Amino acid sequence: MDTPVVQTNALTRTYIMGRNRVDALRGVDLCVRRGEMVSIMGASGSGKSTLMNLLGCLDRPSTGAYNLDGVEVANLSKNELAEVRSRKIGFVFQGFHLLPRTSALENVELPLLYRRDSLTTPPREAAKAALQRVGLGDRMDHDPSELSGGQQQRVAIARALVTSPALLLADEPTGNLDSRTSVEIMALFQELHAAGLTVILVTHEPEIARYTERIVELRDGLIVRDVPVEDPARATHDLKEAAHATQDPNNPTHATRDLDHPPSLVLAAGGES
Amino acid sequence: MTWHRLLGMALRSLIRNRLRAALTTLGVVIGVGAVIVMVAIGEGAQRVIEQQIENLGTNLIVVTPGSTTVGGARQGAGSASRLTTEDAEFLQRETQLLAHVSPVIATFSQIVGGDGNWRAPISGVDVDYFEIRDWEIAEGRAFDASDLQGKRKVAILGSTVASQLFGDDSDPVGASVRIRNVPFEVIGVLAEKGQTADGGDQDDVVLAPYTTVQTRLSGRQFVAQILGSAYSAEEVGEAQEEVALLLRESRQLGSWEEDDFTVRNQTQIAEAAAGTTETMTVLLASIAGISLVVGGIGIMNIMLVSVTERTREIGLRMALGARGSDVLSQFLIESLVLSAAGGLLGLLLGAGSAFVLSLSTGWAVSLSVSTILVAMGFAAVVGVVFGFYPARRAASLDPIAALRFS
Repeated sequence: MDTPVVQTNALTRTYIMGRNRVDALRGVDLCVRRGEMVSIMGASGSGKSTLMNLLGCLDRPSTGAYNLDGVEVANLSKNELAEVRSRKIGFVFQGFHLLPRTSALENVELPLLYRRDSLTTPPREAAKAALQRVGLGDRMDHDPSELSGGQQQRVAIARALVTSPALLLADEPTGNLDSRTSVEIMALFQELHAAGLTVILVTHEPEIARYTERIVELRDGLIVRDVPVEDPARATHDLKEAAHATQDPNNPTHATRDLDHPPSLVLAAGGES
Repeated sequence: MTWHRLLGMALRSLIRNRLRAALTTLGVVIGVGAVIVMVAIGEGAQRVIEQQIENLGTNLIVVTPGSTTVGGARQGAGSASRLTTEDAEFLQRETQLLAHVSPVIATFSQIVGGDGNWRAPISGVDVDYFEIRDWEIAEGRAFDASDLQGKRKVAILGSTVASQLFGDDSDPVGASVRIRNVPFEVIGVLAEKGQTADGGDQDDVVLAPYTTVQTRLSGRQFVAQILGSAYSAEEVGEAQEEVALLLRESRQLGSWEEDDFTVRNQTQIAEAAAGTTETMTVLLASIAGISLVVGGIGIMNIMLVSVTERTREIGLRMALGARGSDVLSQFLIESLVLSAAGGLLGLLLGAGSAFVLSLSTGWAVSLSVSTILVAMGFAAVVGVVFGFYPARRAASLDPIAALRFS
């Protein structure tokens, strides 16, 4: 069988602040196979951010083992972790984190500039390809300020893709976006997933988690639920349906605005409560 | 990450904050500009003084009597033995390397003449004295050989003495003055020479033939010093050695005996004077250097603000795989670019100001390549030193905290 992309074993993370000891993670065993699309859910304080930092090699566990794409990373030095991030992980953040006054192309190019191994394609070409892949081939020279929120997040996703990472790690990627744009972004993730990319998505929104195949729920630093999603929602389908439902020939001016509330999302929100 | 990428990145982020970068640079611009102007003025002054000293005669060689030790107490110059007119005449006859030789017999006397009287040093000198000291006659004539041979009672007055005795505008040539009741005919007045380096009035002097002074005034064979001048500044050292050898011969010193006289040249004096202006230059440059340091602190200040402001950017770069060293070089290069730009602009400003200053005030300024290099190097050092702490701080940020920073 193929080696898993993520394999953690009794992962713990304890913060010591003065005399206080906070056990943010208390033994997490998580396995994510290549090509999976997983949601990590949990309330704030559940440890999902801590887990994300560990999975993203931004932090080191207090105890336990973590094998990322065949590499044991639990005890690597800071510089080695930077190297692992550079080669194996693509980050997508809630706040996009694009460099201001820097073109989309240069933003996407950025991770390649920190690569120490020799690249097969020049950074500029790779960045162009990544932007085309997220549907922004015509916006390459735009500054982030000239792009909508959804477009900015697409640039960020292109930046995560440009290094061909083993794992795409998205932290609340739709948190700053309206519902319709959120679905569009999820459609993009599903498309990338379909092409074989391993995606871990940290979210607290069940309607976003619906678009993934598996939901891992954390509470008090432990995994309390790890279940496959039965019949995951298809984002492209929801978009089409929303567009169809709001296509009212008598009142075309409201069409765009109504797209912010596609019926499927209303249904999803209703199902949760 | 390659250097040209880092440089490009630094430039881009500085251009993003144009006004701030410009204001930050201004500190260094002023600092470097000030250093360059100050050093240019100082070096200009130094060059002028060196030239003046050269005009005074760096060829000059001065022989003074040596010292002796009596019962352990050193007796000071002139205590051992005295130089005599014979020594001077021996030198005049035998020297190969000296262009001119003149004994100087020094005495001090009240001088009566014209409208008043005045107490002044009297120097008994030879014909060559004027050449050696590069001293010109303003009115009348200098001594000639017959004045010396005939022990004529003729005198040449320094301008101070002339004006004290005869008033400022009168012409004392041909008048008579009495020195120790001996009447002397004034045959000339010296051109004004001004003050010496230590404030003495060089014009407060009366010159007379040394033969006359010896017989009429001092009545002794001894001379205070013997002045000589080499043919060129380069030959001073050799001439000095020759003088010492000739004097040992003239004074019949045995090979076991030490010199009982001292031979000195003006190079030491010139060096001392040049050293003074050098000290002044260093002083001016250090005051200006302080403003450069202040400029550096400005850079540090802004870089610290910039690091705080861009904490999220730093976190992002780290998440994307930047190492601490990548972040360190990025910020270090930014501050280096700031200080280097400041250095270049400061160089233009400083050179321009020095030029304008020399045109408007007539001061001599001198801008050497080494000054420029030192000022630029100092600016770069300022950039690195004051940029290092903020850069270190950026590099040591925790990526998680940095990404969360708002």
